[in-house]
Formats: sequence, C-alpha cells, structure tokens
Amino acid sequence: MIGNKRITLLCGHYGSGKTNIAVNLAMQLQKTHSNVTIADLDIVNPYFRTKDSMGELEDAGIRLICSEYANTNVDIPALPQELYAITDDRTRKVILDIGGDDRGALALGRIVPALMEENDYEMLMVINCYRPLTRDADSTLEVMREIKAACRIPFTGVINNSNLGCETTAADVLRSAEYANSVAALSGLPLVMTTVDASLYPLLKDTVPDLFPLELQKKI
Amino acid sequence: MADKVLMKGNEAIAEAALHAGCRHYFGYPITPQTEIAAYMAKRMPKIGGTFLQAESEIAAINMVYGVASAGYRVMTSSSSPGISLKGEGLSYLAGSDLPALVVNVQRGGPGLGGIQPSQSDYFQATRGAGHGDFHMIVLAPASVQEMAELTVKGFELADTYRMTSMILADGTMGQMMEPVSLEDLEVKPAPEKPWATNGTKLARPHNIVNSLSLVPDELEQLNFARYERYRAVEENEAMYEEYMMEDAEICIAAFGIAARVSKNAINEARRRGIKVGMIRPITLWPFPKAVFRRAADQVKSMISVELSMGQMIEDVRLATECRVPVTLCNRVGGMIPSPEQVLEAIENAAKNGGAN
Repeated sequence: MIGNKRITLLCGHYGSGKTNIAVNLAMQLQKTHSNVTIADLDIVNPYFRTKDSMGELEDAGIRLICSEYANTNVDIPALPQELYAITDDRTRKVILDIGGDDRGALALGRIVPALMEENDYEMLMVINCYRPLTRDADSTLEVMREIKAACRIPFTGVINNSNLGCETTAADVLRSAEYANSVAALSGLPLVMTTVDASLYPLLKDTVPDLFPLELQKKI
Repeated sequence: MADKVLMKGNEAIAEAALHAGCRHYFGYPITPQTEIAAYMAKRMPKIGGTFLQAESEIAAINMVYGVASAGYRVMTSSSSPGISLKGEGLSYLAGSDLPALVVNVQRGGPGLGGIQPSQSDYFQATRGAGHGDFHMIVLAPASVQEMAELTVKGFELADTYRMTSMILADGTMGQMMEPVSLEDLEVKPAPEKPWATNGTKLARPHNIVNSLSLVPDELEQLNFARYERYRAVEENEAMYEEYMMEDAEICIAAFGIAARVSKNAINEARRRGIKVGMIRPITLWPFPKAVFRRAADQVKSMISVELSMGQMIEDVRLATECRVPVTLCNRVGGMIPSPEQVLEAIENAAKNGGAN
C-alpha cells in the first residue's frame, strides 16, 4: 500500500490525474499518520492546482506546501519557499505532486540528491490510456523515459488512473487493465494501484486488485 | 484502444487541426492556450509537419501568412493580449484574401489582464481585429467535442471563402477535460487553390499574393468583391443551437462557457415553472440574426449572459431591432457567472411578466 515510504512522488503526463490523486492520498494517509504534508511542485500549469483544495486540506490538518503564486494571476514557474522542508524535516509523511511531463519533472531535480541520500521514497507514474498521447504502452513508456531523464530519479511503481472523466464506466476501467499490466511489465515495475471515481468503487472492488476510490476535487 | 479519448479543449483543437490536414503551426506561448503549442511540438515532428515557436506573436502570424500564400492549411493560436499583437497580421491576411485558422483562448483584459477565462474579445473578433474593412468567420465552441468539430469546420470555411476563421474560446473551454471522439470527424478535402504562390512549373503566369493596392478605384473594387463574399457567408453559414425555445417567453442569448452555465439555470427555472429557453450562437460572425429576429416575435424579453461588460448584447439588440428589452447578466475579469446568478436574472425577468 502507498505510504510505506516517507515520501510518495506522483509524476505523469499532464492531465493524467496526479493532483486529484495526491489530494485523495493525503486525505487517506492523514487517517493513520499525524504529520502529513502535501507539496505541489507544479511549475507548468497555473490553472489546476492542489491549492484548489486548500480549505479541505487545512480542515483535515494536512499541511500544504505550494508556490505562493499558484492560483494567482502571476503566471510564472515558481517553486514554493518551503521546498526544503520536504527533505529536511524527516518527521513528515509527504505526498509530492510533480508537474506534467518532463518539463514539470525538471523542478524535482533540485531535491533529488537529498531524496536519494535518504532513500525512503516511492516514485510513481500515473497513467491513463484514454489520454491522447498515452493511449498505448509504448507511448506511455516514452513519457516515462522523458520524465526520468529530466528529474534523474528512477520510478518504483505505476498507478493506473485510466478514465474518461464523467463518462467513465466500469467496463472502461476493466478494459484498461491490459494496458496497465503491459506498462508495468515493459517497465519492470509493479502496478501498485488502480484508481477509480468513488461512484464506481462498489462495482469494481471485488474484481480489480488494489483499487482506490477517488473523490473528485473541484475547481469551481 | 477506446473509441473516445479524454482531452483538454486545447488538445482537441490541436489534434483536430492535424486531422484536418494542417501540417504547419506557428505560435508563441501564453496561458491559457499553451497546451495547443505543446501538443503541436510533440506531434508535428512525428508526422512530417512543422512546429515553430516564433520569437513573437507578430512573427508567428506573418509565418501563417507565408504558408497560407503557398496554399497549405496553417494555423496559429494565442490568448487575448497575443491576439492584439497579431492584429496587423490579421488585417494583412484579409487584405490578401488568405485562408487561415487563428485560435483565441480568451483571458481577462484589457491590457495584460489576468489568466482566467473571459469573453471580452467579442468586439475584437467580430468587429475590429485589425485596420480596414474586413471580417473573420468567428466560431464559438461550447464543449471539448465542439472545439474539435469547429476546428475542422474553421479550416473548411476558410478555404471556401478565402478568409481567416477564428475559434473564439475561453480559458475554461481550453483547460477543461471531456471525452471526445475524433474518429468520426469528417474532413472534406481542401479545394484547389489556383491563386497559390507554389511554383509556376513554367506552366502558368506568376501568382502574386499582396495586400498593397495603391490605385484607389482598384482598391475600392477589391473591397466590393470581398464584401460580396462576406454576404454569401452571412447567407449560408450562420450556425446556432436552440434550447427549449418552443414555448419560451424569456430567451437567453449566450455562447461558449456562458451557454453551459445558462443551460443549468434554464433547467432549474423550468422546474420552477418559468418558460425560458436559449439561443446559443455558434457562429458569432456571421451572427445568427434570423433566429433572433424570429424569437423577438415570440418572447417577452431577452437576457444576454456574457463574460464581458456587454458586447454580444449589441448584436442581439441589432438582430431583434430592439423589439423586446434585452438585459445583461455578466461577470468579468476572469470570473464566471454562476447558475444561481443566471437563475436570479431569469426570475427577475419572469416577475416583470417577462418584460423586465
């Protein structure tokens, strides 16, 4: 289960669902840990940010590390000033939401030496076969290679978040298993979980292993 | 794999453009449309196309002019301040009767403004994108699927009428994700372009593409001929959607994201027994005047729902010849009207007997 390591990093193609998963994982972790932090290192997209869920996170007692400029009109690629608390304060459980693609993963490079030295992290690739540029295993592996080259840290697992937004059916999720398994096999990594909208969870929990229900975080 | 894919509006525009045979994209990054350029940067090199990040918006639009002159399908995209920079180029494209596709994913203005959604470039798109007498065909999608469909349509109309087509979207439409089917998108082959400067092969006289015309009566004739074509566009190409208009006593006019919000408000108002419907212009130029003129004989009042200080409302008043009162329901600066706000406007109209 996710959260065995002190730091969980979420990477993936932009629009793969990283931010939504990060918020849901943090909420889940908070149930069993007292010092959960979610860190938003997205330097690419100023539109959909962890900060959209700030109220809910604060209510749950989760600390948010996020660029001061997220969700403002200051459209610049800025990193949060509290960035080093992620690696320096080893009492925290951290979910790290990394920006999309290789461009977004560049930001991570800065703390990679500290992550490697501590060696208590999971680096997870979020995948969705219904996104246009990751529709098959080969194109997904290409994105993974680009991200790895940009941030210089190896992946340790894969999260299958294959969905068609509000039109997702249980059949769509089941159909994505073959894709997710082949991404896992070709990359030599474990498929650590499959995520689905909470409404589909009861339909699938007995057939899909390591299923995790997601509550959709809304911007407006 | 699946029939449908989950796409951002910006991605749908980019993929649909490739689908339509566009192999040349020139642009300069600006939020909230940068995904179009990012998508093109990934895909164009793989299919033998050209992606070029120009040194500025002005450079990009002039590269569009060059490729359009050679007869190829070509596009650029930007957001509000960047479109203002392209204004000179848009006028030159019109003056040279060149077909091209330009995308404006609007953000709040004026000036540098903000990065959140807006519809305040309506006047710019439908009236004055640049100097001189000219029009662009302006298409306003209200779903990610329509972003794709109108992109293809935009290329086809541009070629047919030798005009610039503009997709007038907004930050919400560009950023939101919805399932899209691109496989059924029909693309008509591009027409012959005998005017293109693509080499004489020693078989014909040289073609000249130019917007400079120093002889006044010749320039006048060029303008007259261009407006003949514009008249044909107005007669043949106006597109709109009617929603619950059969028995409506109040009519909402809204396009793009404002129309989606309005639909929610209309559904709730109907549950409360208010007879309200909507006309959603899909082409903003040509504005669907006839359907509004007809509606003016049916309804008691109209409400223009816009993310601007009231721009389309002028076209609604012109089209209805001011036969019914038209009021404005709006938010600006990157804010979006809520369904509750639109519902309140509908209820106010209903309280006044539909006559405000």
